[in-house]
Amino acid sequence: MTTSSTSRPAVLTPAQLAEALPGALRKLDPRELLATPVMLVVELGAAATTVLSLVDPSVFGWLVTVWLWLTVVFGTLAEAVAEGRGKAQAASLRELQTETPAHRRTPSGGLEQVPSTALRAGDLVEVAAGERIPGDGDVVEGVASVDESAVTGESAPVIRESGGDRSAVTGGTIVLSDRIVVRITSEPGHSFVDRMIALVEGSERQRTPNELALGVLLTSLTAIFVVVCGTLYFIADHSDAHQDVIVLVALLVCLIPTTIGALLSAIGIAGMDRLVRRNVLAMSGRAVEAAGDVDVLLLDKTGTITYGNRQASELVPAPGVTDDELAEAALLSSLADETPEGRSIVALVGRDVPRPAGATYVEFSATTRMSGIDVDGREIRKGAASAVTAWAGGTSAAVDEIVERVSASGGTPLVVAESGRLLGVIHLKDVVKTGIKERFEELRSMGIRTVMITGDNATTAAAIAREAGVDDVLAEATPEDKLALIRQEQQGGRMVAMCGDGTNDAPALAQADVGVAMNTGTTAAKEAGNMVDLDSDPTKLIDVVEIGKQLLITRGALTTFSVANDVAKYFAILPAMFVTAFPDLRVLNVMRLDPDSAILSAVVFNALVIVALIPLALRGVAYRPASASALLQRNLLVYGVGGLVAPFVGIKLLDLVISLVPGL
Amino acid sequence: MSELAPALGQIAALVVLLALTVPSLGRWLAHLYTSERHLGVERATYRVLRVDPDADQHWRAYALAVLGFSLVGVVVLYAFGRLQQHLPLSLGFGALPADGAWNTAVSFVTSTNWQWYSGEATLGHLMQASGLTVQNFLSAGVGMAVAAAFARGLARRGDETGDGRVGNFWADLVRTVVRVLLPIALLAALVLVVMGVVQNLSDSHLVTTLTGGHQAITGGPVASQEAIKELGTNGGGFYNANSAHPFENPTPLSDLLEVYLLLLVPFAMAWAFGLIVGDRRQGLAILAVMGVLLAVSVALLTWAEMAGPGTAPQLAGGAMEGKEQRFGTAASALFAAATTGTSTGAVNAMHDSLTAPGGGVAMVNMMLGEIAPGGVGSGLYGMLVLAVVTVFLSGLMVGRTPEYLGKKIGQQEMVLVAVYVLTTPVLVLVASAVALTAPDGLAGLQESGPHGLSEAVYAVTSASNNNGSAFGGLTSGTPFWNTLLGLCMLLGRFVPIVLVLALAGRFARQQPVPAGAGTLPTHRLLFVVLLTGVALVVVGLTYVPVLALGPIVESLS
Repeated sequence: MTTSSTSRPAVLTPAQLAEALPGALRKLDPRELLATPVMLVVELGAAATTVLSLVDPSVFGWLVTVWLWLTVVFGTLAEAVAEGRGKAQAASLRELQTETPAHRRTPSGGLEQVPSTALRAGDLVEVAAGERIPGDGDVVEGVASVDESAVTGESAPVIRESGGDRSAVTGGTIVLSDRIVVRITSEPGHSFVDRMIALVEGSERQRTPNELALGVLLTSLTAIFVVVCGTLYFIADHSDAHQDVIVLVALLVCLIPTTIGALLSAIGIAGMDRLVRRNVLAMSGRAVEAAGDVDVLLLDKTGTITYGNRQASELVPAPGVTDDELAEAALLSSLADETPEGRSIVALVGRDVPRPAGATYVEFSATTRMSGIDVDGREIRKGAASAVTAWAGGTSAAVDEIVERVSASGGTPLVVAESGRLLGVIHLKDVVKTGIKERFEELRSMGIRTVMITGDNATTAAAIAREAGVDDVLAEATPEDKLALIRQEQQGGRMVAMCGDGTNDAPALAQADVGVAMNTGTTAAKEAGNMVDLDSDPTKLIDVVEIGKQLLITRGALTTFSVANDVAKYFAILPAMFVTAFPDLRVLNVMRLDPDSAILSAVVFNALVIVALIPLALRGVAYRPASASALLQRNLLVYGVGGLVAPFVGIKLLDLVISLVPGL
Repeated sequence: MSELAPALGQIAALVVLLALTVPSLGRWLAHLYTSERHLGVERATYRVLRVDPDADQHWRAYALAVLGFSLVGVVVLYAFGRLQQHLPLSLGFGALPADGAWNTAVSFVTSTNWQWYSGEATLGHLMQASGLTVQNFLSAGVGMAVAAAFARGLARRGDETGDGRVGNFWADLVRTVVRVLLPIALLAALVLVVMGVVQNLSDSHLVTTLTGGHQAITGGPVASQEAIKELGTNGGGFYNANSAHPFENPTPLSDLLEVYLLLLVPFAMAWAFGLIVGDRRQGLAILAVMGVLLAVSVALLTWAEMAGPGTAPQLAGGAMEGKEQRFGTAASALFAAATTGTSTGAVNAMHDSLTAPGGGVAMVNMMLGEIAPGGVGSGLYGMLVLAVVTVFLSGLMVGRTPEYLGKKIGQQEMVLVAVYVLTTPVLVLVASAVALTAPDGLAGLQESGPHGLSEAVYAVTSASNNNGSAFGGLTSGTPFWNTLLGLCMLLGRFVPIVLVLALAGRFARQQPVPAGAGTLPTHRLLFVVLLTGVALVVVGLTYVPVLALGPIVESLS
């Protein structure tokens, strides 16, 4: 799956534009534009031409002035639209914040009713079925099913219980059954929902390191062109080719990188928004950027690489036993086995038989380590090899060999026996998720190494690693091992991403450059990571990396496009400026533009291209995992060469229309 | 077309000579910038200078050493100029005016070698040999030292050098002079003497010409200055006519040797860079971009001069105005491309008389920021800064925050790069505007209209980029021009140097990110094409308006 192919609602509708307009106009305040010097220069230029047009009115002067103002507005509009897309989500989150009564435990052990806003970290509150949880916290007593759909969008209720890794609850979610006691962990105004609202609205957006670096480049380009156009005033005078200030301002605005300058912050906001749409909350834009740089992905085996349950994959009969005999015994012994393993055996045999009447089912227990059935005088057992062979009264070399083979391949052998006779072995194995191997293949082509983390022993781990196609494996891993591995990779200069949910994952999550905490996880894990996945799907780490890369590529592509545009603009404007003084320069007018309208055509093109590219900025450029060289080649072709050619066509077409304007 | 064969032949000979020698010199340079051993004569020098050659300097200390050392050079040269009448071997020449002494002092310390005066009619032997020739060695050494420090900054690992140490300036400078510049210059001077270049300390000979007139023929230590003038991409001629003078450059063969000397060290520095950062291909990529840009300008200039577009050359049957008969159009074009592509500024023909497109190419060569292949050292670091810009743009397009040789380019790095890229265009454009507006500036121009504009723009471009070649036609020995060009040279040299060293310090601090399939490769053809493109686009966007009003209008009319 690629980011670009995912269907999504229309990127930009007229209604969205209209909604964003008031915000866009507010952003025209020069103090708001200080952060984007490119647009500030455009606004100052527009102000200057306004004054000049008032002093010495002309059709040309006024048209340039109007389009310069439009250029600024289009820029602020892009940002306002990007912000607007998060507003709807923020509104629904705000509903969670309605004040709810909370039942706080008093020091004496009683209960008092207080408003949720009065709760402080450390308070203990009781929440019963049907009540809203008044604040973020950890369950310290009891177990309950909780409806978290308002936060995660997932309608199925989830279980929250004290202790372990499923103890965190979010304020505003509703307890559906039972009663729990929650220790509040956040102060009012600093809850998870508060942070989410701030994030999706983009109100707390801080510009990210790469955005700042790119800003420096854009500012320096702007500075160069200010000097170019400023000095040109004097140099042109020397050549007896006097230029009006309006013309020079028009040239300046066309040359400075307005396209990327106008869209830069929209790109950043939209990148966060794309994550939000995938139900991932990034606590900072920095983390999204870092995701694009990730060199190593640490992935937990269970749930990420495998489905998490061992499944029967093969029945191996002992010598002298038919396949059918073994299958029947395995099926019978598993009929009442409601564990995932048991169900998978029924599924593997592929026959559905009614439960025989009068049968006695033997449940699995930790002491016997086997389960089975007694029916019609037959006693069938399946279970751990040592337990079943002991029950059967001895083993055979052949069965031992099968057991060893299954173990060596990373699987778990279950031996099946009937009344003292060993029938064969059920091969249980971790089933690698479909499509995951291809995913890792893609990651490898992107230059990202995958490391599988598992508590399994080295043999089992290696077998699964081989099957899933991961590059490396950390077997019998403890949380300390994880942390050490991350440190070691980082010392080599690599960026590490991982996901985790348990409290013992917290240090590793904090140490990783990109740490995605599962929403089902503990508060400690969520605090330590710099992203939270509301779906609690560890595979999403890969999506996060792709979104990070897409964000950076969009910036680079639009910058390249913006700069490449300048070539055509020179060809449009320079001949028009100097053709009166130096008629020979008309050969540079390769587009055969009308000298009276050429400058205006370039200005209009420059403004319209911003609007045309807003959808691209919001959606991000198409991204397909590939090697750096392949990506570069493709993007250069589309945005570099495209940026060279597009304005030649666009300006020419506009000029055909604009040259009809009377009075130019 | 019979002229085409020798034109291509000299280029082929040049390419072969360079191909044979650049790798060896590159290896030698890489070795001396990474070795820890000192020669006896070097130890003695360090003792005299009272410096510790083994101290690994922080970039600030390195930059202060560069600035301090250069300041001393400026002061000494200024004093030599102002006190010339009291110095021995002055040949009776008096003191230079204050503005002239300032201009000359800055000019030689910045490796520009802009000359507002006629050497043989203004400077005595002591000033020429111990002032200017010595600075030719030292200023070249400074440029190469800074480039070496930058390469080390990129090569180092943050965990080894921690806080941004980039090497030792004194060791870099002394080794460059002692182990590279002096031996090669000595050898080259001897070969030049064999070829007919003069080397003596005699007074001028007065001879009676065939028509009965009198002519003073000045000799002097010419070959020694000639060799380092080319080798160190300095360009300051002993004679006003520079390498067009038969005593400096007597034969087509000596001409070829001088062009070779111009290009040798800049290309070898690129080779050395690859070795210092531990990946020869990185150096080759940089070298390739330099080579492509130079090849294009040689081709364009040779075409312009041999085809001789324009009325006068067509009538005369060739663009021979301002060129030496013994060189002809092709060799003059090759020299012009090489001297402006390196920051040398020596000339074997008058650039004012180049055809309009030819003069334009020479100007663009300088506007590139002297990177094709550029001055000794400065060409390398100038190109590497552009490589950082290229990596920044293209790195984003592969979906990673940009990095060059594993070093991340963040906001601070970008500020340094941005100011570097801004410096010379701002100097050139502002100085052009001032010169073309101020009456004192206009007074120096010989022509009006587009050619006059070219004269002024050429001069400030040459000074700001530390080239030193003159378009001619401009009377630059006035207080206005001497002061303006002196400022351009000084800022155009040392602002970039300080920025490059700061950048080296920041890179040295960083732990390199290991390269993988997701990293943008910077040694492949695609990168070479990109870097070439970025260099041309940056220059094009900055200078097109000015070029349009100067050489482009001229070429079209």
